[in-house]
Amino acid sequence: MSEPSTVSGLDLQAVQIRKFRLQDQLFHLVTQLFAVLLLAALLGILISLALEAWPSIKEFGLPFLWTNVWSVPDDKFGALAAIYGTVVTSVLALLFAVPVSFGIAFYLTESCPPWLRRPLGTAIELLAGIPSIVYGIWGLFIFAPLFSDHIQPPLQALLGDVPIIGGWFSGPPIGVGILTASIVLAMMVIPFIASVMRDVFDTVPHVLKESAYGIGCTKWEVMRNIVLPYTRVGVIGGIMLGLGRALGETMAVTFVIGNANRINGSLFAPGTSIASTLANEFGEADPGLHIASLFELGLVLFVITFVVLAISRWLISRSMGSEGL
Amino acid sequence: MQTLNKMAQGALVAAMGLAFSVSALAADITGAGATFPYAVYTKWAEAYQTATGNKVNYQGIGSSGGVKQIKAKTVDFAGSDAPVPEADLDALKLIQVPTVMGGVTIVMNVPGITSGKLKLDGVTAANIFRGAITKWNDPAIAKLNPGMALPDMAITVAHRSDGSGTTYAFTNYLAKQSADFKRDVGAGNTVNWPANALGGKGNPGVAANVQKIKGTIGYVDIADAMKNKMSFVALKNKAGNYIVPNQDAVADAAAGANFKVKGMAPDLLDQSHKNAWPITSATYMLAYEKGSDAAKQKGVIDFFTWSLNNGQKMAEELGFVALPPSVVKMVEAEMKNIK
Repeated sequence: MSEPSTVSGLDLQAVQIRKFRLQDQLFHLVTQLFAVLLLAALLGILISLALEAWPSIKEFGLPFLWTNVWSVPDDKFGALAAIYGTVVTSVLALLFAVPVSFGIAFYLTESCPPWLRRPLGTAIELLAGIPSIVYGIWGLFIFAPLFSDHIQPPLQALLGDVPIIGGWFSGPPIGVGILTASIVLAMMVIPFIASVMRDVFDTVPHVLKESAYGIGCTKWEVMRNIVLPYTRVGVIGGIMLGLGRALGETMAVTFVIGNANRINGSLFAPGTSIASTLANEFGEADPGLHIASLFELGLVLFVITFVVLAISRWLISRSMGSEGL
Repeated sequence: MQTLNKMAQGALVAAMGLAFSVSALAADITGAGATFPYAVYTKWAEAYQTATGNKVNYQGIGSSGGVKQIKAKTVDFAGSDAPVPEADLDALKLIQVPTVMGGVTIVMNVPGITSGKLKLDGVTAANIFRGAITKWNDPAIAKLNPGMALPDMAITVAHRSDGSGTTYAFTNYLAKQSADFKRDVGAGNTVNWPANALGGKGNPGVAANVQKIKGTIGYVDIADAMKNKMSFVALKNKAGNYIVPNQDAVADAAAGANFKVKGMAPDLLDQSHKNAWPITSATYMLAYEKGSDAAKQKGVIDFFTWSLNNGQKMAEELGFVALPPSVVKMVEAEMKNIK
């Protein structure tokens, strides 16, 4: 080291800058490592799923996706019943959950008295934090008996004779089944969708809303023409978050879906989903094709979730593009 | 310096000796396998540790998983509900003994019919569970229950949705009774139940479905059936008697069976003892004939010897049925081959 007096200020600055640059680079590298770790984990999961599923992929090929058979004794497997159950329960759950969540968020942001806003918001967050198995137990022991005694018979009486729709409500009213699973799933995703919607509705600048109210718009008109267009991206994101959760939900669905590896046109009939089949059969699965097919089911769920994410990205980018944002 | 060195050496030797004696005293053993005996194995392990200070760790990963682990030599013993065939035992050099028994009961929820009153025989039960009999007032049921007012109600079959030893024992019994059942539904941990049959997770899941839904018939193990005060079906056994299930009837089934076979796994289903409950099964423990670690091999013998002699009451409280004393003696003799 040279004497301090001979080091010019410029040199000192250069040393300092070099140090900062090194720090920055280090920070960049460390954070990059974390990001790569995530990618590696994702890729690793995908590869190990595919490897474990390989015997089944080789045996059944692509028809695995549209074969409606799941027979452990005969070693014949197809994913159609599980895919059907997963998609139908998730879509129905969204059909129930989105309007309700929208209503909750609308009320909380536009017409709720300020003193109620905080307790209601906390209640929603608490609901989101309840473990799914609690929803499952509640669904099986409390909701399903009520549903079979007080809701299914009137629904059947009302809609049973209507062509096409009637078939959806046929069969014995046993309380558990596809429809029950959808309703319980809806209950579970409502807090997620509602809290995201509330948060994004809150981001709308007051100036915009005030000016709309100023020219005499009603609350609904403000929501329809100001808030929704402004927050479209966030709303879609919230719905997709709910859909993602519904697709992968395991324990609650296992409790109330009825666990029949079959496709039945009626929504009252028991069915199955990918996640519930995995939860049910993994524990005592026989080595060989059974376990490989379960891994392939997991792979299918992975792909479905990926496709849903891709669609939501596309929707978001499209709506951003059309706004010129 | 010299003395210090010596002292250090002495301490080292003492420490090694201590470490060695500890490991020799407490050969912690690890087992894995069937989920059915998980409750009783962990209960035994807890009591055994209190009594002797030795640790036993059992993981309920499924029967086939347990057999896989012992083949891979990653565990000291394995649990399996399905006995490993004799030829495989020889090939793999494994010792197999039964540890505890259980019974599967048929339960129902039919308005107006009280527990134990409805009589079924094996063939009729098989026809119900394969979906061939769909109404409670079917002539086949009426014929077995003359004079009983049977409702004109649809039968809903409730079954286990998770792969399980309970299903294994139950479907093997029904498959023995009816070739049609064997063809349509099959026998195993997970089978093809008829359309509209209702799957529940675990014994509690099936019990809940049967109790909540009118017109249901299902199967659960004795422990859960009793705990939930469910309505039993009286089932005709091989001797022709209608038996209402309880732990004594399960023990009677074992009393008549011949355990003097390699692997100690006689078929306990449909035994001919006059009071035998027809759907009885045992769960099995597998250990190495010659292990690499003598202390652990001894640990396995000690644990099961202790449990079979001190754990009967714990097993019964959990709804299992203890092996009869004569069988315990045979198990102890067979475990002498674990070296």
